[in-house]
Amino acid sequence: MEQQEYMLNQEEQVVFKLRSLYRQYGYQQYKMSNFEEYDLYAENKNFLVSQNVITFTGANGKLMALKPDVTLSIIKNSPDEPEDLEKVCYNENVYRVDGGSHEFKELVQTGLECIGHIDLYAMGEVLMLAARSLQSIHPNYILDVSHLAFVQGILDEAGLNESQRSEILRCMNSKNTPELSALCAAWQIREDLALSLQELTGLYAPMGEALLRLKELTVNEKTQAALDELSGVYQLLCADACQEHVYLDFSLTNDMQYYNGLVFRGFVDGLPRSVLSGGRYDKLVHRLGKQGGAIGFAVYLDLLERLNRNQQPYDVDVLLLYGDDADLTALAQTVRMLTMNGQSVKAQRKENGSLRYRQLLLMKERGVEILETHD
Amino acid sequence: MFEASGYGCPSIHDQNRKLIFENEEAGVRYFWVKPSDVAIYVEHGAADIGVAGKDILLEYEPDLYELLDLAVGKCRMAVAGPSVFRDDPGKTLRVATKFPNIARHYYAKQSRAIDIIKLNGSIELAPLLGLSDVIVDIVETGTTLKENGLEPLETIVPISARLIANKVSFKFKNTEIKALCQSLSEYCQEVKRQHDKDSTLRRNAE
Repeated sequence: MEQQEYMLNQEEQVVFKLRSLYRQYGYQQYKMSNFEEYDLYAENKNFLVSQNVITFTGANGKLMALKPDVTLSIIKNSPDEPEDLEKVCYNENVYRVDGGSHEFKELVQTGLECIGHIDLYAMGEVLMLAARSLQSIHPNYILDVSHLAFVQGILDEAGLNESQRSEILRCMNSKNTPELSALCAAWQIREDLALSLQELTGLYAPMGEALLRLKELTVNEKTQAALDELSGVYQLLCADACQEHVYLDFSLTNDMQYYNGLVFRGFVDGLPRSVLSGGRYDKLVHRLGKQGGAIGFAVYLDLLERLNRNQQPYDVDVLLLYGDDADLTALAQTVRMLTMNGQSVKAQRKENGSLRYRQLLLMKERGVEILETHD
Repeated sequence: MFEASGYGCPSIHDQNRKLIFENEEAGVRYFWVKPSDVAIYVEHGAADIGVAGKDILLEYEPDLYELLDLAVGKCRMAVAGPSVFRDDPGKTLRVATKFPNIARHYYAKQSRAIDIIKLNGSIELAPLLGLSDVIVDIVETGTTLKENGLEPLETIVPISARLIANKVSFKFKNTEIKALCQSLSEYCQEVKRQHDKDSTLRRNAE
């Protein structure tokens, strides 16, 4: 087993661990086709991380797309049973424009979705699995959690219009407290609400500590309900002893057309971008004409190769050279013997200098001669 | 400014061409990079924090935290044109600029049809040679404009230097970054207080 894990690269190891984790909690593996009708994405463009989609004309003349996202397809194809709870997980390739290079890339995305009747336990379980997923990537991880309804509650109270709301959210997203307070002053937002918004923007603390602060900031039923939900989820995380990695951060402002309630994002030490992202998106489910709710997350594995940079010192354990006169049966036997000892062998006629090997052997008529050994 | 807040780095004053300066005691390392690259270094996590002009942040819209307005390097982004210029709303406006994104946003808000001409320097030349009708550029005192027969027409947005932070570094190095932010903010307020006091004194003297 250990030998096999050593053979897998970082990305494959993580996929392997995540899949067995999700299976343990009763998530069914979901396999989907590579293509989807373009209409699905065109109607829900803002839900996508990057709005560019690779399209082509299908055999029947319909405009098709290489899937840029998995969640939309899963929700579209899920049964419409609001009282039931469906739990699925997936591991798929998706095609989207990479933020850094502005080119299309094939990315591996793993994740899970809970669709149907979402209660407190389901939310807690998804968050806990998100934390566990991050842990399996790196022991030093952080899961940031936010609750959109809490922010919305305060914005409702302040009576702001759509464009003002999006300006406020933009400031919160970049933790830009100076600009936020300037905006609040310009729009004459009630002073206590303005202070709450500033505090939420600056807030970044372990969840237990932050919840105490939030208690003082609730202004109406909506914020109270959001706070109750956060506290409930926090209890469940404590029960699983992963609460110290979970932080409250209101700079997560996912698109409110699709998301409501909990949203979260995961980071591991050493990677400059988030590797996990998810939330509660009942609104998306409703947009696709279904009842019930949904919560889920995706883990992006394309960045993982940056985590482990130490190179293998050797390309191959043994480089076995042989000449024209070599006995091929003996050569085959030697190769088999070495591989059975667990060594990797490359047999070739000439050494060209580009391969790094632990041992250099030469096949002679009467046996094998050791030419070089590094250790 | 960082020095006054306890994050000094003596070697930065040496006369040499080094790009990296380190002060192990304070636990800081400084990089000297092109202003327009600061946001890139920070966004990709090569630097945890940086100081960048608001103009760069507006132009490139990098995904990072903007923690503090340092209130230095103050100037404004403005539309400027020849002093005899009269805008004809019936025509497409030709705009030369180093900041196409900012210019586009500004005119899109007014639903004005424009042609953007992206230049990399000596923007003031464009209206003089008939390359464009107006320019969108940073204006500090207006001297350069005046010397070239131009004048500022409209202010788009005030600009100053901002303290920016990588989103992930902010999480994993939260204590350090918050402490730095705190002492910088205190320093800025102190400077502002001093400045206000000075100007009151001056006004009184007059």
